[in-house]
Amino acid sequence: MREEAKNMITEEELEAAFDARFPKEIRQKFRGARVAVAGLGGLGSNIAVMLARSGVGHLLLVDFDVVDVTNLNRQMYLIRHLGIPKTEALPDILRQINPYLEYKSIRVKVTPENIVSVFSGYPIVCEAFDKPDQKAMLVQQVLAQLPETIVVSGNGMAGIGNSNAIETKQMMSRLYVCGDRSTDVGDGIGLTAPRVAICAGHQAGKVLELILN
Amino acid sequence: MVTINGESKDAAGNDLKDYLESMGFDLMKIVVEKNLEIIPREELGKHVIKDGDTIEVLRFVGGG
Repeated sequence: MREEAKNMITEEELEAAFDARFPKEIRQKFRGARVAVAGLGGLGSNIAVMLARSGVGHLLLVDFDVVDVTNLNRQMYLIRHLGIPKTEALPDILRQINPYLEYKSIRVKVTPENIVSVFSGYPIVCEAFDKPDQKAMLVQQVLAQLPETIVVSGNGMAGIGNSNAIETKQMMSRLYVCGDRSTDVGDGIGLTAPRVAICAGHQAGKVLELILN
Repeated sequence: MVTINGESKDAAGNDLKDYLESMGFDLMKIVVEKNLEIIPREELGKHVIKDGDTIEVLRFVGGG
């Protein structure tokens, strides 16, 4: 699959298309960046796609789950990915967008014990889990155990409409939170593709901004 | 006085873990920063709130 995409377009052609819209310095900064995405569900799969489209050079993709039919309403996966680990399915999609970037996958359940081994070497970590206790665990453990790392977290994107309630806010010195910070799937509200993608867009947008600064 | 999420509270002298629970927070779903330092969940009970502390508590909701 990877070679097939490379046969259809060269790296130079892709770079030229990007250069036409942004100065070379910006492309080089994105190309040199290393970003980790923790959780490859609605938020994480959308974030990774947006960062790959932006030419972010190295993406670490972390998840333990396989693609399920209930994911198709908001996650980037296709029917042909059903039953496949997300850490395999997502690089398959990303290579169709840009086959010249580095995608590293780790299929693991993140715990306080493996935080350092999984995420060290990545100055920016996107928190994209779905369960609130896991979100809190990841954010506090990354911030506490990796003292240079910045976290961009998604918090509150359930329901339909009210898109303007989703915002990006710096909550702590190394923590940016995207979302409405209130709508909770735990309250029986579902997740819809638009609000999840809007929140993911906030996270990916903040990541690009952080790379340039 | 103590500043918690931007509001002044008369909370000095309390155990941090007990105080957050008394405010209704589920300790499994929050991240706590005290004076710009992250306090992991398992260490909340080791901290006593002091006058002048600035505490930020972020509550997570489900969905992703």
